[in-house]
Amino acid sequence: MIHYLGRRFLYALPILFGVNLLTFLLFFIVNTPDDMARMHLGTKHVSAAAIARWKTAHGYDKPLFYHPQAHGSDKLTDTVFFDKSLRMFVLDFGQSDDGRNISHEIETRAGPSLEIALPVFVLGLLTNISFALLLVLFRGTHLDRFGVMLAVALMSISGLFYIIAGQYLVAKLWRLVPISGYVNGLDSWRFVVLPIAVSIIAGIGGGSRWYRSIFLEEMGKDYVRTARAKGLSEWRILFRHVLQNGLIPILTGAVVVLPLLFMGSLLTESFFGIPGLGSYIIDAIQAQDFAIVRAMVFIGSALYIVGLSLTDIAYSWADPRVRLS
Amino acid sequence: MIRICISIIILLLAGCKQTVWNDPYPASERDANTLYLSFVERPKHLDPAQSYSDDEIEILAQIYEPPLQYHYLKRPYTLIPDTLTAMPQVTYLDAAGHPLPKDAPAERIAQSVYELHVRPGIYYQPHPAFARDRQGLPYYRAGTFQLPDSWDGFKHTGTRELVAADYVYEIKRLASPQVNSPILGLMSGYIVGLKDYADLLAKQAQSLPDGRYLDLTRISLAGAEVVDRYTYRIRLKGKYPQFMYWLAMPFFAPIAPEVDAFYHQPGMAKRNFTLDWHPVGTGAYQLAVNDPNRQIRLTRNPYFHGERYPSTGEPGDRAAGLLRDAGKPLPFIDTIVFNLEKETIPYWNKFLQGYYDLAAVNAESFDQAIRIDAQGNARLSDAMSAQGMSLVSAVMPSISFVGFNMLDNVVGGYTKRARQLRQAISIAVDYEEFIAIFQNGGGIPAQGPIPPGIFGYEGGVAGMNPVVYHLVNGKIERRPLSDAQRLLAEAGYPNGRDARTGAPLVLYYDNTFTGPNAKAYVDWMVNQFAKLNIQLVPRSTDYNRFQDKIRRGNAQIFVAGWNADYPDPENFLGLLYGPDGQVKYGGENQVNYKNARYDVLYDQMKYLDNTPQRQLLINQMVGIAQQDAPWMFGYFPRSFGLRQQWVSPGKLNVIANNTFKYRKLDPQLRQHLREQWNKPVIWPVLAVLAVLAIMLAAVAYAARRRDRKTAK
Repeated sequence: MIHYLGRRFLYALPILFGVNLLTFLLFFIVNTPDDMARMHLGTKHVSAAAIARWKTAHGYDKPLFYHPQAHGSDKLTDTVFFDKSLRMFVLDFGQSDDGRNISHEIETRAGPSLEIALPVFVLGLLTNISFALLLVLFRGTHLDRFGVMLAVALMSISGLFYIIAGQYLVAKLWRLVPISGYVNGLDSWRFVVLPIAVSIIAGIGGGSRWYRSIFLEEMGKDYVRTARAKGLSEWRILFRHVLQNGLIPILTGAVVVLPLLFMGSLLTESFFGIPGLGSYIIDAIQAQDFAIVRAMVFIGSALYIVGLSLTDIAYSWADPRVRLS
Repeated sequence: MIRICISIIILLLAGCKQTVWNDPYPASERDANTLYLSFVERPKHLDPAQSYSDDEIEILAQIYEPPLQYHYLKRPYTLIPDTLTAMPQVTYLDAAGHPLPKDAPAERIAQSVYELHVRPGIYYQPHPAFARDRQGLPYYRAGTFQLPDSWDGFKHTGTRELVAADYVYEIKRLASPQVNSPILGLMSGYIVGLKDYADLLAKQAQSLPDGRYLDLTRISLAGAEVVDRYTYRIRLKGKYPQFMYWLAMPFFAPIAPEVDAFYHQPGMAKRNFTLDWHPVGTGAYQLAVNDPNRQIRLTRNPYFHGERYPSTGEPGDRAAGLLRDAGKPLPFIDTIVFNLEKETIPYWNKFLQGYYDLAAVNAESFDQAIRIDAQGNARLSDAMSAQGMSLVSAVMPSISFVGFNMLDNVVGGYTKRARQLRQAISIAVDYEEFIAIFQNGGGIPAQGPIPPGIFGYEGGVAGMNPVVYHLVNGKIERRPLSDAQRLLAEAGYPNGRDARTGAPLVLYYDNTFTGPNAKAYVDWMVNQFAKLNIQLVPRSTDYNRFQDKIRRGNAQIFVAGWNADYPDPENFLGLLYGPDGQVKYGGENQVNYKNARYDVLYDQMKYLDNTPQRQLLINQMVGIAQQDAPWMFGYFPRSFGLRQQWVSPGKLNVIANNTFKYRKLDPQLRQHLREQWNKPVIWPVLAVLAVLAIMLAAVAYAARRRDRKTAK
């Protein structure tokens, strides 16, 4: 296992380097350092000298990849790419272009994002699996057909609709919870309960349809027929055997997103006023803050790799036939 | 499951005792004298030398005190001392350094010397940088304390008196490479020695390790000097009367050098302990919480110097109740809370629930808040009136216009043909319609570049743009389309076609429109040009590319706008001043307009006081611009805002930003109405739970029945 993880770690390094390089290229194709300076300096009285000063102060006055005037290895290291991107491999995210510490910002924002994302993940998984099992239990009946129709309808509705409808009904019309906002500490439950509920409901359609198809496939297998022949109840077959065997495809989808949960959700956090990481990267793109964009892309890709490794580990746990070597 | 349902029901019933469930604020704040507002975008900078945005100045202006401020009630906008004993004394010097009379011609003035006397007895807000140990040394100096992880870890604070040196220090900071002030370029043209000072500091900063404190107190600046403890002088090149307005902006607010040094200690920036994050001023409020992802909280500065509510104003202010608090100490409100609200729907609903005290009316809430009467006037809707709200509305000191690039071969230039083409287009584009459709009637069609409320603006017939409008039965009306068609034909494009080649006239419209209304805006503009059979090709682009085109002179027709920095016509008329052309000189004249007569008049006008002579010059300049039509003058936008009944009526001051200290509210009335408006409705939750329970029971029953059924 350790050998396997070590190899995955080594594979991750060139992937992260490639992602970094791509982010860097894409960002600087769209925005030049001069554009970034103008965005940060505002719209009035921005002189060429002010732009030059901003670039110097923020380290964007160097060549992007190759510094022909430098000597030796400085030709490659005295560049914007080396300065800004490669430091992240030692988890030094530095400061945003408006001068704020990125690590501090991520630490502060990750908590509220997780406060919503974790319950949505766990409760959503439970709800979707339960609903899917219910439909499978009554497969071929009117209840199954109605459930599938309901799931398709739920899938077809935009996520924004759930948010606005949830806020309108629960917070505005029934006045049960605050419409938006957040406080630190225990009292935060009042602010996160509605976004959690809305996110779970919004995910039921897609999730339960997918899990239903997984469980239906399992229901047609020989071991289910054997279990029935032994006289096991449908409940027992479903929850004891089908659920366990259906775990592998479920794990594929679920575990890989686990580390990414802390990246938050843009729409939910924006509408419910949750100070999470959801909008951090979007705001940074709009503000042309490359420091934040590169840090968030790096973290996102690193977490995705972690998620894939976790999936592999989960496979070996769920299915004894799978071995990591 | 049944147990869970019962527990939820018990919890809900227990919760019924609490009157309000949806209050987003802590219970301890319910009767607090706190004003609740919102912000849309996190502030980029809270350093007064760096900040140049309306959103940021709303916060900064409560914390920092520049030497001057605008009188809250007087109109036209009048500058008065803020921390000074009197208005600055200005002395003009000739090239030999001899004093000149006040009315000396501008060309003889080599330097203007502003002498400012700071009022003794003004103290800074409590701050750890001012804390002193028993030896009188800074309590928090490098190597003597453990740097806390959070701001609350600084347990010791102190204060000190505001002195003239703090103002001089801030002027020096404008040149610091560690600050990178956006106005350094502009001010280098006025403040004596500022450019050389910036070059010197840049060299000195290079020899310092990253982020180390560059002590500006040791390096003198010719253009800003301390005369004594409470007096300082600023020297400007030539004459620049508008500098007085700059003295009312946070760029010229005081910064205590020890505060700057405090923040430059090792490890501070890494924890966001910077002047940009934790501002330190002498104003009515201090920043207590800076969590720009959620909330910014200002609390009363305990050392505020006891400014009092003005006892004079305009005629009518007394009758309007605006002088009721005359002479009372400021501020009235203890705490101001700005909550981040990125989306308009939750923001508006929270305002309706009473959780915001003031709200701007935006496109989404306009129909709910405002109705337009038969005369076209905006009135509060019945629903808002029933909630006791009041409507506040004002034309902003800004202009939205469409520019013609004067360097362009087709629409630019100063020939009769080009002028007539621009005039024809200006007539055809119906801004009355634009305001009605896209601004909900909120705006005034612009007749020239100067907005109402600023000296030089003339309303009515006197200010009418005769190129685009004419009088019909004594009323100002847009000229008919036939006038535009005639001008277009005279320009060589009869019916929108080139008279020589017969080719259709195709023009290009650069814009940065985004969002749901973008297509509608562009389509509307295309249709306006189509009235003259001109084919308008929209070129929507991102902000960077758009700015690049303007800078290089590659745009042909483009959207633009300007917000006043200060209430002086120079700030708007300068946008058409030849030597400020963007392509050639990098100035703010984006259309690169150049008219020798206009420029001469501008050079005369900018040095004058607001006298009839100045008005005369302005009228001539506006007349020239109307004839040359380098802009379609567009419109002056009107803003609409709502005030809850528990907030005292204030006077809208669209120039000043430090006006929260004059506001008052009744927290008891607010709490009473919040409770009345926000009684929770519990039955839907109980109904949902009951339905769920029944469904689960039915499913369990059906499953059990199926299990017990014999196989068929």
